[in-house]
Amino acid sequence: MAETILVIVEQREGKLNRVSWETIAAGQAIAAQTGWTLEAAVVGSGVTAIAGEVAAKKLAKVYVVESARLEPYTPDAFAHALEEFLGKHPAKLVLMPHTYQVRDFVPKLATSLETTAISDVIGVKHEGGKLLFTRQMFQGKFVADVSFAGSGPCFVTFQNGSFRADKVEAGGAAAPVETVNVDIPDGLVRNQPQPVFKEAKQAVDLTQAEIIVSVGRGIKEQKNIDLAKQLADALGGELAASRPICDNGWLPMDRQIGSSGQTVAPKLYLALGISGAIQHLVGMKGSRSIVAINKDSEAPIFEIADYAVVGNLFDIVPPLIEEVKKAKG
Amino acid sequence: MVTALSAASAVVYTRLFRLCQLTLYGSQSVKILVCMKQVPQKDAPLKLNDAGTWIREDVSYEVNEPDAFALEEALRQKEKHSGEVVVITAGPARALQVLREALAKGADRAIHLEDDGFVGLDAYNTARAIAAAIKDEKFDLIFTGLQSDDYGYAQTGVILAQILGLPHATIIMQIEKTDAGIHVKRELEAGFFQFVDMPLPALLTIQSGINKLRYATLIGIKQAKTKPLRKVTLAEVQPAMGGNLQKIEKLYVPQKSKNTEFLEGPPAEVAKKLVEKLKNEVRVI
Ligand SMILES: Cc1cc2nc3c(=O)[nH]c(=O)nc-3n(C[C@H](O)[C@H](O)[C@H](O)COP(=O)(O)OP(=O)(O)OC[C@H]3O[C@@H](n4cnc5c(N)ncnc54)[C@H](O)[C@@H]3O)c2cc1C
Ligand SMILES: Nc1ncnc2c1ncn2[C@@H]1O[C@H](COP(=O)(O)O)[C@@H](O)[C@H]1O
Repeated sequence: MAETILVIVEQREGKLNRVSWETIAAGQAIAAQTGWTLEAAVVGSGVTAIAGEVAAKKLAKVYVVESARLEPYTPDAFAHALEEFLGKHPAKLVLMPHTYQVRDFVPKLATSLETTAISDVIGVKHEGGKLLFTRQMFQGKFVADVSFAGSGPCFVTFQNGSFRADKVEAGGAAAPVETVNVDIPDGLVRNQPQPVFKEAKQAVDLTQAEIIVSVGRGIKEQKNIDLAKQLADALGGELAASRPICDNGWLPMDRQIGSSGQTVAPKLYLALGISGAIQHLVGMKGSRSIVAINKDSEAPIFEIADYAVVGNLFDIVPPLIEEVKKAKG
Repeated sequence: MVTALSAASAVVYTRLFRLCQLTLYGSQSVKILVCMKQVPQKDAPLKLNDAGTWIREDVSYEVNEPDAFALEEALRQKEKHSGEVVVITAGPARALQVLREALAKGADRAIHLEDDGFVGLDAYNTARAIAAAIKDEKFDLIFTGLQSDDYGYAQTGVILAQILGLPHATIIMQIEKTDAGIHVKRELEAGFFQFVDMPLPALLTIQSGINKLRYATLIGIKQAKTKPLRKVTLAEVQPAMGGNLQKIEKLYVPQKSKNTEFLEGPPAEVAKKLVEKLKNEVRVI
């Protein structure tokens, strides 16, 4: 029997989150390997337009899971709505992007169905009739192939950038769209969320910088930031940092690169003492050229670096500043 | 006149009553559980075991980073509102170190689910084990880290909330107690945030950087030795657990996706080589 794969696309305040296309691409890849049926669902209030957008892709069906109580987002309402929906429309695999919103409700939903979510997946293999999901472990130092040992449904969340949005196949004709109204009882929703806001005014716009020198915890102390600043100045670039540096207040928040900071794509990204956790990489892996200096030869940052220097940054940066100055005359 | 007077006194009474209530709430203490996990040290070189299913365990360990921030937050809340901070870990004998450090920093007591079998559980089973170990207790707040540095499930906290029937909020950067419950700040992607009001009891998953960590004092370290520590065996909680629903078939070093050029030699030479590249290939000089 053909099983169903359901992709839950993400919308926020009536807008499709583009990362959903990557999840649809993942779903199409799995459907091609398994021969299973691929469907999608959009969850919210007044989100039919999004369903229409999604229905243009190669999918068997698109559902609108609808209730006024789904806006604004709360984990209670989302988990309840999807539990009810999946009760009526069972699926073997339920795929979603690994966003902050999904992290917030999927473990709850999976638990209420006494099943599991394989989180932050970067690839899928179909071997000997079995699906294997590849995910990072130990902050990216290793990856693991994980199998699902339950009876289903199996929830899978995909890390940003693991599948290519531009690989999504369009459908011949638009997929049928069906609205499913869910009943969210009074008193079920316990959290009262307030509007989303952005904290600080952006003092620098790193997205425009052509050269970025970025410091991580390998810089050890606040006073050493100056060394990186000298290198940035010599190169005519901007200074940026990994999250712990900004958390410590050594550099302002608006210089943080990564999933909770800025996304940049300069000509040159020079990473000093940054390990390369995925939450950092998503903010800079689009850079045209990446140089990493790290004392640990196994640091995950080297997996995406064009030029790598294994060594102590305090030995390498001072002569580097001199050489840059010399070259610039 | 009479009615006006009584109305005025009614106002006074209500105010007085409110005042009492406020002071009552103000001094209402909080009982907080903090879930803490021991993970391999950040800088520890990790090696695979012979079967390629897990790492070799002969490495140094430390507390999972966001869990340290969760403990700090719990201690701060207790200092503000009075109450009790209890720390819990599920792990082998070595994980006791995490609890010792937490007690030295000011936690009041600790619970250790001690067994080698607590390594390698999926998040559902870890949460079920923790829930079973605290079934006779009532906490106002439960804190976990937002994710572990080893497995990185990012799930144990939310699952625990669901098992216990508690509301939850994730990736929390600020917590304030209010009359009706708590007012928390959630971190969202790309520099966005959101405040959420929620009732107590509740579970929160804490983000690194929510506060500044304290160090243990010498007195703290001394006092820690006399603080209560409850051990829980795997057998005690096993009835509440089940088989793992996800299985690691293979653990391995990721394949490189890029053709990385390693520049080698003494620092001065490496600096020269790198500047050559920046000039001729990257073309930024
Ligand atoms: C939900 C979430 C959101 C997050 N958002 C972000 C984000 O937006 N941006 C971000 O950066 N992180 C973010 N993080 C944190 C991220 O997971 C990592 O913890 C963080 O990026 C690590 O920073 P780091 O590389 O500077 O430090 P570490 O991981 O501690 O790495 C330090 C590196 O320095 C090297 N080193 C040490 N000494 C030297 C030396 N003398 N010379 C050379 N190298 C040296 C070490 O080998 C190590 O590789 C987020 C995490 C979560 C869970
Ligand atoms: N074995 C454990 N013992 C205590 N707390 C744990 C354990 N595993 C996970 N946690 C808690 O759950 C959080 C999230 O872990 P994870 O779901 O593995 O990413 C951690 O930051 C801890 O607070």
